[in-house]
Amino acid sequence: MSFLDYAPAPESQAVLNLRADYGLFIDGEFVAGRGEPFQSINPATEKQIAMIAHANAADVDMAVAAARRAYDKTWSKLSGSDRGKYLFRIARLVQERARELAVAETLDNGKPIKESRDVDVPLVAAWFFYYAGWADKLDHAGVGPTPSARGVAAQVIPWNFPLLMLAWKIAPALAAGNTVVLKPAETTSLTALLFAEILQQADLPAGVVNIVTGGRDTGQALVGHPGVNLVAFTGSTGAGRAIARSIAGTDKKVILELGGKAANIVFDDAPIDQAIEGIVNGIFFNQGHVCCAGSRLLVQESIHDDVIERLKARLSTLRLGDPLDKNTDIGAINSAEQLARIRELTDIGEQEGAERWSPDCVLPETGFWFKPTIFTNVSTSHRIARDEVFGPVLSVLTFRTPAEAVAKANNTPYGLSAGIWTEKGSRMLAVADKLRAGVIWANTFNRFDPASPFGGYKESGYGREGGRHGLAAYLKPAAGRSAARAVPPAEKTAVPRKKAAK
Amino acid sequence: MTRLAVPKTYKLYLGGKFPRSESGRVYAIQSHDGEFLANAAKASRKDARDAVVAARSALGGWAGATAYNRGQVLYRIAELLEGRRAQFTAEIVQSEGVSVAVAAAQVDEAIDRWVWYAGWADKYLQVAGNANPVSGPYFNLSVPEPTGVVAIIAPQTGGSLLGLVSAVAPALVSGNTVVVVANETMPLSAISLGEVLATSDVPGGVVNVLTGSPAEMAPWLASHADVNALDLVGAGDLDWIHLEIDAAETLTRVLQPENGPDAASPSLARILAFTETKTIWHTKGLI
Repeated sequence: MSFLDYAPAPESQAVLNLRADYGLFIDGEFVAGRGEPFQSINPATEKQIAMIAHANAADVDMAVAAARRAYDKTWSKLSGSDRGKYLFRIARLVQERARELAVAETLDNGKPIKESRDVDVPLVAAWFFYYAGWADKLDHAGVGPTPSARGVAAQVIPWNFPLLMLAWKIAPALAAGNTVVLKPAETTSLTALLFAEILQQADLPAGVVNIVTGGRDTGQALVGHPGVNLVAFTGSTGAGRAIARSIAGTDKKVILELGGKAANIVFDDAPIDQAIEGIVNGIFFNQGHVCCAGSRLLVQESIHDDVIERLKARLSTLRLGDPLDKNTDIGAINSAEQLARIRELTDIGEQEGAERWSPDCVLPETGFWFKPTIFTNVSTSHRIARDEVFGPVLSVLTFRTPAEAVAKANNTPYGLSAGIWTEKGSRMLAVADKLRAGVIWANTFNRFDPASPFGGYKESGYGREGGRHGLAAYLKPAAGRSAARAVPPAEKTAVPRKKAAK
Repeated sequence: MTRLAVPKTYKLYLGGKFPRSESGRVYAIQSHDGEFLANAAKASRKDARDAVVAARSALGGWAGATAYNRGQVLYRIAELLEGRRAQFTAEIVQSEGVSVAVAAAQVDEAIDRWVWYAGWADKYLQVAGNANPVSGPYFNLSVPEPTGVVAIIAPQTGGSLLGLVSAVAPALVSGNTVVVVANETMPLSAISLGEVLATSDVPGGVVNVLTGSPAEMAPWLASHADVNALDLVGAGDLDWIHLEIDAAETLTRVLQPENGPDAASPSLARILAFTETKTIWHTKGLI
């Protein structure tokens, strides 16, 4: 028996009280959907968890109408402090039901319980706490005095952090005074529906938040609905591009959090043990299903062999398996579809000549699994160095000088995040300055906080979520203008013209 | 005996130089009364692409200049314009058919706008950025940075100089470089402004002025993958929805058309529209 052979320590599911079927959450009630219901499965066992309603266009219409009514009649009439109090209530309820939400998230998504329990759900509560306090302080959000809400927000979220992405979207929207129609990802609707129960517990006025589950058609109907004033989307760059096209010519405000191919740059003077942990956290956290994952390791040539050796040793200690087990480091891949994509891209990686390595580990017989994988001898033109894999796959490239590191890091259409590992402060600041990415982690990786803006450059999307910046996106400046407008407009030119006419 | 006048050849302003259109094309510019004023270069697709290359090449230097330096350079444009008030006023009178007083007022306002935006260069970051109190041992800072290469369709109505300045100046404040399509029928101010910029401290390539047909050039710029942001302020009469659709292909940031005397009126929002917020987490050591 090696030191890795722990006895199983699964988190109990007794805390869950799931229904067999879930409806749509519209106007404060659960209602049946008019589309074909679909099953939500546990990706670790492929067993059905529950049947989920599928919202068709008419259902989406009903949800948008409910959100509009709630905006006109209730939510926009409430004081900021009352809106804040509802958000504080929600935050507390999330904390109280934290274990239940964590277990449900792990069951539905496949992520290790230690992540849903220690990262996702605590951050969900933190997000609501943070934005609760903003609700009565909107004059200070940076868009000038007396800003107003935009109206009805359409929000479409991905499957990698189902409840956390919900919090990122709903908390600032409600604080700013908007009402919401949110569509969870098809494979991960469960925690959004438990969250709907929390809203009922919190007595949130009906229609302020509506949750429509379904497929791509549901999302398209929502984003394209003429009754929404704002579209917030987190997902693939391809889908984001389609949304940007579809809203062209409208006055809908858009926030897009899209893909990434982050460089994690390790200089030869890096604190190497921390860097190894940071690299592992950067790409194997949440099975690499992270848009800001550090999927390209740029390591200085002189320490390449040492880093790779240590990385392999560290990966050999990762425990892959039952996501509900408290000792599990790597959980299940979220869906068969995603697993197929990871397999396809890694196969291409091998065909293109990169060297593939994975630790010895036994994959469970049922469910969707992928071994943590490292590719060395990767060149910048390889697909695995350019395409977002969205899985536990690390591509290793090397560099010699800081300038080369920066050039390689920026050599991507994406620009979401990056990491820098060095003990030299001046070098770290200089490199951070030159990286074209919205979030940069220096001597750390994959840190998130409700006070910290998150979002991308270039094809990683636009707009920020989190912090003051994340709030501002949901606000409309007074009279549609910036408060900073100081110089009078061109009236002056109109006055003498009359004189000239005389 | 009256002196024989020397007519001016109007050219493009690309990468700090004044080339003719590589296509050799020109189009006639008329005064407000319909008289022939001059032939202006009618920029081609290749000219537009050359302008983007010039803007991209100039980006590192301009974005990397200190904020204080950028502010001074922008203020210097105002100084130079002040010295050329008579020329700009005369051109506006010719093109727009307004009185000397009206034209002079427009020039004054354009100069004041440069001054206003020049002052923002070393301040917008303090107003739009902030420290973030994250839970953990991190020093966390959010700062705005320039988006990159900004393509602008200058206002096609209203004051031809003021409209141009109102669109170009805010993009320059944070360190973006610009490709601007001038007012099609009244491009004189834009061409003359290019001459002012060439003799100012603005590095070549930071502002590139294309004259010709916005309807022709806008789709080339909107779909150009190396254009990071697209300001459609003066594109109201074009098929601008299609331009926005083209821009979506590379998630180019888009500002929609504005109309009326308030179009592109001075605001901090206009500066920030062409910035990206970068958030940096610095780990604090344990002591």
